[in-house]
Amino acid sequence: MIAVTKLVKRFGLKTVLRGLDFEVQEGEFVALLGPNGAGKTTFLRILASLSQPTLGEVRIAGYRLPSQASAVRHNLGVVSHLPLLYGDLTAEENLRFYGRLYGVQELSQRIDEVLELVGLSSRRRDLVRTFSRGMQQRLAIGRAILHDPNVLLFDEPHTGLDQDACDMLDRLLRKVAGQGRTVVMTSHDLARVEDLASRFDVLSRGVISASANRSKLGKSNLLDFYRQALAG
Amino acid sequence: MKPQPLALKALSVISVLLFLSALGMVFFYAPLEITMNYVQKIFYFHIANAWVGMLGFIAAAVAGVLYLVKHDQKWDIVGLAAVEISLVFFLIAIISGSIWARPTWGAYWTWEPRLTTAAILEMVYIAYLLLRQGIDDPDRRARFSAVYTLIGSISVPITFMSIRLFRTIHPVVIGTNSSASTGSFDMTSKMLVTMFFALFSFSVIFITLFWHRIRQGQLAQQVEQLKLEELQ
Amino acid sequence: MHNEIHTAEHKPTSNFLSAVGAVVWKDLAAELRSRELLSAMLVFALLVILIFNFALELDPQTRRVATPGILWATFAFAGTLGLNRSMAVEKDRGCLDGLLLAPVDRSAIYFGKTISNLAFMLIVEVIVLPVYSVLYNTNLFNPGLIVVILLGSVGYVAVGTLLSSMAVQTRTRDVMLPILLFPVVIPILIAAVKASSGFLQGLALPEVMPYINLLIVYDVIFTAAAYMVFDYVVEE
Repeated sequence: MIAVTKLVKRFGLKTVLRGLDFEVQEGEFVALLGPNGAGKTTFLRILASLSQPTLGEVRIAGYRLPSQASAVRHNLGVVSHLPLLYGDLTAEENLRFYGRLYGVQELSQRIDEVLELVGLSSRRRDLVRTFSRGMQQRLAIGRAILHDPNVLLFDEPHTGLDQDACDMLDRLLRKVAGQGRTVVMTSHDLARVEDLASRFDVLSRGVISASANRSKLGKSNLLDFYRQALAG
Repeated sequence: MKPQPLALKALSVISVLLFLSALGMVFFYAPLEITMNYVQKIFYFHIANAWVGMLGFIAAAVAGVLYLVKHDQKWDIVGLAAVEISLVFFLIAIISGSIWARPTWGAYWTWEPRLTTAAILEMVYIAYLLLRQGIDDPDRRARFSAVYTLIGSISVPITFMSIRLFRTIHPVVIGTNSSASTGSFDMTSKMLVTMFFALFSFSVIFITLFWHRIRQGQLAQQVEQLKLEELQ
Repeated sequence: MHNEIHTAEHKPTSNFLSAVGAVVWKDLAAELRSRELLSAMLVFALLVILIFNFALELDPQTRRVATPGILWATFAFAGTLGLNRSMAVEKDRGCLDGLLLAPVDRSAIYFGKTISNLAFMLIVEVIVLPVYSVLYNTNLFNPGLIVVILLGSVGYVAVGTLLSSMAVQTRTRDVMLPILLFPVVIPILIAAVKASSGFLQGLALPEVMPYINLLIVYDVIFTAAAYMVFDYVVEE
């Protein structure tokens, strides 16, 4: 579903990604781990078609970036640590706006479904400005799946959430990921992703330095695996 | 570090010689103008400075377009070099023009089209430099700089046209000379020769400075590169 | 693969106008509710007029000459406030990324933002004109003046929207916009002031036409230029 080969990203003279290879099969939930500043966000922005690769090839759902960006965008849903929502619009209006940008068919019905799914039906006519951080993040997930994409990208979605909100978000993430979608999620918090992901990849020094399937990795071994990967 | 190319060294020497010869011609070859006397002598260098400013202005616009097409950092360095040179030479042209204007038009500053346009162009350049200062990411800096030079290079000629819709008092040196402009004069052939020699000398000086400044930009980039490598 | 069938259903080019419409609708709906941007622009515009009143001692004689200049200076100053705010809204919660993630042409985003910025500008102008008329007992209801204001605002907003989307992405975003914008909109201010004063003084149309033409030329050139370079301003 996602195939990245020899990806290089430079900002001016600074090289952030150095020939990174990355592949994700349909239906996998990959947690992308790594310390702050390792280039996780940069990498995810490239996958999200928001930033162009300096060198290398990126294919998502069979389409190439950046030349077929528009086709890729139809297949992508993105949730970042910013909500990407307008505070002066209601929950429903936000979804209606994004739905129109994506050309979603039978939009009103789809909005009802999505609001139901993220548990915000009762707050649909309230301004997003009045929402708690957790509710905003749930609506952000609703926005990301509105056009029923098959690939979801989550960039540190738990940032700034309290324990309850995190748990609720996890339940929701599991729900939207479970519908046969392919997911890549960045995180620096191992405990958070431990139960969510089916595969763990470590991004360090600009490449994927290690990768392990959940089935091969005992739950308690994730920390050891992560430390080894960083030590190189 | 590459040593200074021989051609550049030669150009530097030639530039100094040309400058001195032009200076000599202005004072010892060109005849004294009847009504304006010695004040008129400033005109040769005034026009040559404005000419170099124009060359820099055009070079900056071309570099801007080339950057947007090729996405090569090299054109950003060229663009910045052109803007800096143009900024300084237009400033000299404005100041020398004012020195000439005081005895001729009776005021240091008049809101004459060419003078005003030059001043507005200086503001565009200052805005350009401030814009660069406000951006850390080198790619974005180069992109925004190129876009802004492009907008500036379209706007400044229109500015000139629109100010020109008012009546002008700036003497038109070559071409039709309306009797309305104060301070116009007929050029003898010796004056013409001096003027064209000054224009030629300053064109060479422009090329020399431009080359030096581009080279300096490239060296600065190498220093950055070495610093980054040292850090990693 | 079912993805390809999925994407073939809605081609991005076909929904260009609907994307422009969505952006405009979103901006107007949000603004009608909060009225933050419009009220800031209006209050600021009235304050500028007030300052001019004391700075220039506008007796009836000076008023006749100074009115077009005061109006356009007011519009230009209030305009930067609106443009800045309109783009800051996109940047603050990452909404600009949200727009860029959508499978729409980037120029649809540009035109959408330009149209809503133009709407805000015109609303402010429509309110400022009668207020100015009453305050200074000057008749500003002149069809020619309306045309000039429309043409001038289009050019101002066309460049302003492009430059404000650049300005919000800089470290110095609060101060950057007027510095970038004013030196390049001078042709608009010159032509608009001249044309406005021509109409207000009842000059014959042929005398005003050169300035009207200049405004049209500027509008066309800069809308086209901004359309062509907008991608470079938002795409990384």
